[in-house]
Formats: sequence, C-alpha cells, structure tokens
Amino acid sequence: MANPWVAFLLVPLIKIVVILLAVILIAAYMSFFERKILAYMQIRIGPNRVGPRGWLQPIADALKLLVKEDIVPARAEKFVYFLGPVLVVAPALLVFSVIPFGPAFKLFGYEVTPYLTDVNIGILFILGVSSVGVYGVILGGWASNNKFSMMGGLRSAAQLVSYEVPMGLSVVTVLLMANSLSLVKIVEAQKQAGVWYFIPGIVAFFIYFVCGVAETNRNPFDLPEAESELVAGFHTEYSGMKFAFYFLAEYANMVVVSSIATVLFLGGWLPPFPNWLAAVWALPALAWIPPIAWFVLKMAAFLFVYIWFRGTFPRYRFDQLMDLGWKVFIPVSLVNLMAVGLGVLLIGGK
Amino acid sequence: MGNLEALKPFPDSEEMEISFGPQHPATHGVLRVLLRLDGERIVDAKPVIGYLHRGTEKIFERETYNGTIPHTDRLDYTAAATNNQALVGVVEKIMGVTVPPRASAVRVLLAELQRIASHTIWLGTHALDIGAQSPFFYTFEEREKILDLFEEYCGARLTLNSMRVGGQPYDLPDGWTDRCRTFVDQFPARVAEWERLLTTNRIWKLRTVGVGVISAANAVEWGLTGPPLRGSGVKWDIRKVFPYDRYEQYDFEIPVGANGDTYDRYLVRMEEMRQSVRIIQQCLAKLPDGPVMAKVPKVIKPPKGEAYFSVESPKGELGFYVVSDGGAHPYRLHVRPACFINLQALPEMVRGLLVADLIAVIGTLDIVLGEIDR
Repeated sequence: MANPWVAFLLVPLIKIVVILLAVILIAAYMSFFERKILAYMQIRIGPNRVGPRGWLQPIADALKLLVKEDIVPARAEKFVYFLGPVLVVAPALLVFSVIPFGPAFKLFGYEVTPYLTDVNIGILFILGVSSVGVYGVILGGWASNNKFSMMGGLRSAAQLVSYEVPMGLSVVTVLLMANSLSLVKIVEAQKQAGVWYFIPGIVAFFIYFVCGVAETNRNPFDLPEAESELVAGFHTEYSGMKFAFYFLAEYANMVVVSSIATVLFLGGWLPPFPNWLAAVWALPALAWIPPIAWFVLKMAAFLFVYIWFRGTFPRYRFDQLMDLGWKVFIPVSLVNLMAVGLGVLLIGGK
Repeated sequence: MGNLEALKPFPDSEEMEISFGPQHPATHGVLRVLLRLDGERIVDAKPVIGYLHRGTEKIFERETYNGTIPHTDRLDYTAAATNNQALVGVVEKIMGVTVPPRASAVRVLLAELQRIASHTIWLGTHALDIGAQSPFFYTFEEREKILDLFEEYCGARLTLNSMRVGGQPYDLPDGWTDRCRTFVDQFPARVAEWERLLTTNRIWKLRTVGVGVISAANAVEWGLTGPPLRGSGVKWDIRKVFPYDRYEQYDFEIPVGANGDTYDRYLVRMEEMRQSVRIIQQCLAKLPDGPVMAKVPKVIKPPKGEAYFSVESPKGELGFYVVSDGGAHPYRLHVRPACFINLQALPEMVRGLLVADLIAVIGTLDIVLGEIDR
C-alpha cells in the first residue's frame, strides 16, 4: 500500500461501488426470490414472463418505478414528504459499510478486505445508524397527510422503538462472549472459541431474529403496512421512485438483519464447526469453498426463513405485538443476559 | 403546518374519524364503514351501504318468474345455487308444486357444493385479512374444482342460473356423480390441512378468540342467522327446522359454537364444510331415478296470494317473499338477505375493539355486498 491515493481513495471508492451495487442487486433479487418462493408455497408459478424464467423481473420493476409519475399529494408537507424515503434508505445502505463479508485476502499484491471498514464500535454503529430509519417511516407517514399513512407511521415508530430494546439486549450477550464491539473481531472470537455463538446464546439468537423480523416490518409483525387494515401503511401515498426507496430499504434491512445475525451468531464467513472439522477429513474438502460463499449461504438461509414466515403466519394485532415485545422479550432477554454474563464469568470468556 | 388540525373533526377530543372503504382491500367489495377512533380503538362504527344497489327487487317485477332466476345469481354472487333454490322454492310454494325426488336431490347436491365453495372463499379472504396469505390460494384451488363441477352441470361457473320453477333444467351429465364423489372424498383431507395451518396457530387464536363477541340472546335480537348465530350457540338451521328439498332424509349435524367469538364462528364454518360433504355423500349414495322436472305450465302464473320461503344459504337465512296478482310477473318479490341483517350487528360487535379487529369481524360475518345492496 505504497501510494496513499490508492490506499485511501481508490480502493475504498471501488469497494463502496461494489458493495452498494451488490446490496441493491441482492435487495432487488430478494423481491424476485420472495415472489417465486411464495408462489411455489402457494401452488402458483410466480413471475415468469420477463427474461428467461422471469429472471429480469426485478430489473423491469425497477425501470417501471423509475419512469412512473411521482405523485405528491396536494396537501402533503412537501419537504418532509421528500425527506422520508431518503431517511429510510440511507441508513439501510450505510450499515453495510461495517459488515464483514469475509476475511482479508491478497489481490495483485494488495491486501484487500471484503468490507469497507472495520470500526472498533461496529455493532454500536449499526444499532445507531439503523435507528435513524424510524424517522423516515414516521415522517413519511405524517407528511403524506393521510390518516391511514399516519396510523401506519405511528404504529411502526412504536414497534421499532420497542423491539430495539430486546434486540440490543440480545446483541449484548454476544459482546460479553466476544469481548469486542468490532464485527471482524466477533467473527474471529468465534473461530478461537471453536463454537458459533448461537449455541451458547441460543435464547439471544432466537430473540435477535424475531426482533429483527419485527424491526423490518415483516410478517407476522408487518402491522405498519398491513394492507388489509391500513391499505399500505406509511407509504400509501408514495409512488414512483420514492416508493421504490421504501421498498428497497425494506429489503436492504432484511439483508442487514440477516447479515448481522450471520456475523453475531453463525460465525460470519467461517465454515461450520471450524475446529471440530479441522480434526477430521471434512475441512480440506470444504476448504475450496470461499469464505464469502459461506457468508452468503448463511444470509440466504435467514432470508428464506423470512419468506417462509410470510407464507405461514397470520399477523399479530398491534396491542399483542406490544405485549409480546415488552412483557415477553424484554424480561426474557434481560434474564438471558444475566445468565450469559454469569456463564462468561464462571467459564472465563469461553 | 395545519396538518394535525385537519385530522381532528371532533375539536374537543382526541378522536378522529376515518372513512374505511368503499375502496379498501379488506371490506369485501364496496362496504364503507365510518369509524370514530380513539387512537386505534373503535368508539363507533357505522356501516354505509348502497354502492352496489341495482334495484334488483324492482327488476324482478318486470321479469317472468323463471326470468328472475338469473337476477338472483347476482345477489350473493358467491352462492348462486342457494339463491336459485330460495327463489324457485317460493314460487313452487305459492303454486303448490312438488318437485320430483331426483330434482330435489340435484338441488341438494348443488346447494351443498355451493355452501362449500362459499365457505372456501370466506376462509381464504378471512385468513388473508388476518395476514395469513397462503390459505387463500389453497382454498381457491378447491373452489375451482367445485366450479368445474358446476360448469359441467349448467355451463356457468359463478352465476349458475341452475334451477327452474318445478324442477331442474337438466339432468346430471354422464360421469358427473363420479367426479363429484372424487371431489368430496378428497375434500375432508384438505379441510384438515387448512385447520393444521390455523386452528391451533397461536397468532390465529390471539386474533380471533374473544374478538367480536355476540351473546346468544343478542344474536337472536339482532336477527342474525347462519354461522354468526350458530357461533353464539343457537342451534338454528333452516335445513333442520323447516326442511325443504327433502333435507329431512339426510343425516347431518348442526355445529354450534359456545362463546360467540370469531374463533367459534371459524370452527362452525369449518365443521359445516365437513357436514356438507356428509350430505353430498349420502345424496350421491341414494340418488333417486326419475324425471327432474314436474309438470308445470310453460308460462308460470301463480294464483293470487302471498308466500314466504327461506333456505339456509351459506351466509344465513335467505328468504323470498312473493306477492302474486295472478299474472305472469311477480307483483312484488322481496328478498330477506342474510348478509344485510348480519351486517347490522357490526357496530355492536366492534365497539371498543381495535381497527385490526374490525377487519376480523367483517371477515367473520362473511358479507357479500351484492346481497346487501341488491
């Protein structure tokens, strides 16, 4: 890394472009896979007209949304109405700057890290940044000047704020075990411990993922946009690219939650049972699979569970959702935090 | 700004008014409910109807008696067969015609298939309203099979026009009974499948148990019929209490609920589908031979008089009241729609509940606007 221009400008810029493109593509194709998988679950075929077997459907959707008329309701609060989608999509994409997709590797003599940066407060950064998204939802709902949007916005504000607490508490158990806030260090700690954190932190893992589903407004917690109740919730009035931003943010957030779950609980880019497999023949056999593939595979498993939920569950009612968050998840995650803390104290950090 | 002020039609309270529908994904057509909300809690709900009014009862008066049958198809358009059955029933009653046994059996077959078809739509949309997407597709798959049977019998799938005064327009086509038997034999397994998805589902129970409760006494007072009445524990089914079309020959149960909530009404309808299968199986087993049409004059001119006749439609008691002046057109033909009367209990059932519950209650009443507005 002799040349500082290359090290501090060119390489990060390339990474930013690659990560952004990858995330947007994943989010777009996530919608395609969701439609396909849901369709097969529901004895349908799903999109199959655009391109071979429908593979170009997300591109067509994006193009359609781009050229669609952008309608602003006459009595909307114009500036805030514009701000809403921006505030939702920016944090969702920003979070990817600290998510490690794999370990550092060498390329043309440079050491390249497949993540933008490794901040030593990575998890804190993610929690902080992703919380900003709530503003986009509530402001967008409010600025539309539509009662259904407003109710959707209020619902989601309450929901996101309540579910952040148990989510944060379950993340803390991982921090206790890993002794670091850096996502890269957390993965490395799991390598050293020889066990993925979902085994000692099974309760936290479960709570994290359920809260993650709630945070991303997905079924069975999709009340803010419950179409049978609130038409489309906070984005009822949005059209064209602004709607696309909300849509993109929702799917990007699903990818975020899945990625973080992968990093915190499923050992990030590590192959399964890192130390145990090393002893037997299986590790060399698995070694040719690049770490990034493991990461993507685990992430995809989470995303599939999201879709599976959607195909299976009815929707909670708003008060029941709140009850579940405050009366079940928060106490359970508090007790779990203490239990894990005690365990770490006794066993000595694993 | 002024945004929040615009949302406050009741200046001295925090309540807000929402017009729910008529263009809303969950109001099953063009129902509009004026809601007064305190936060998400419903202070008052007022159903507003009439968006689908076509003056059907007036149209009846210029049609011949057989000519009114296609119009009945469009009342409760998810249950055309039972509508036909009620209309031909009232005309046969005022004329004193007895239909041949085979015609009765065919009517029972069509009506019970129609009951299953109607209940499958109800289950699919009700579950969809509560957020469960997949049952919608599973139930529609079964409904398609029933519609195929209908199509084979009378050529139409939705608006059947499948009965005539005095009997049936056609006999059953060859092989129809076998295909019908194949359908009813596999159907209970499908119902069990749907029940596995929903009956013991924690979220489904949270959303339906204790929601939209109406006591038996209240249900009777509001004039509820059909599953909403039986869900409250009242054993009342026109097929049993005033048997028509020789229903007394068939052995079937009337499922009743205990608590009068949405969950009980759900269980009642699920069981009704199974009972309908039982009726169809019995009917197919002892299908009588013979003509399907009684001797009736070509132009039907019932004697002067009045008659009321009702059937148990999938939605409740569907009655027709006819006044004849001896001519070829009814002097007056009034419909006693089940949905219209069931819908009246909506404000009573949702007061104090949340917006999400309103959806569940609208779904559980199983209303069809075609029958409400006529």
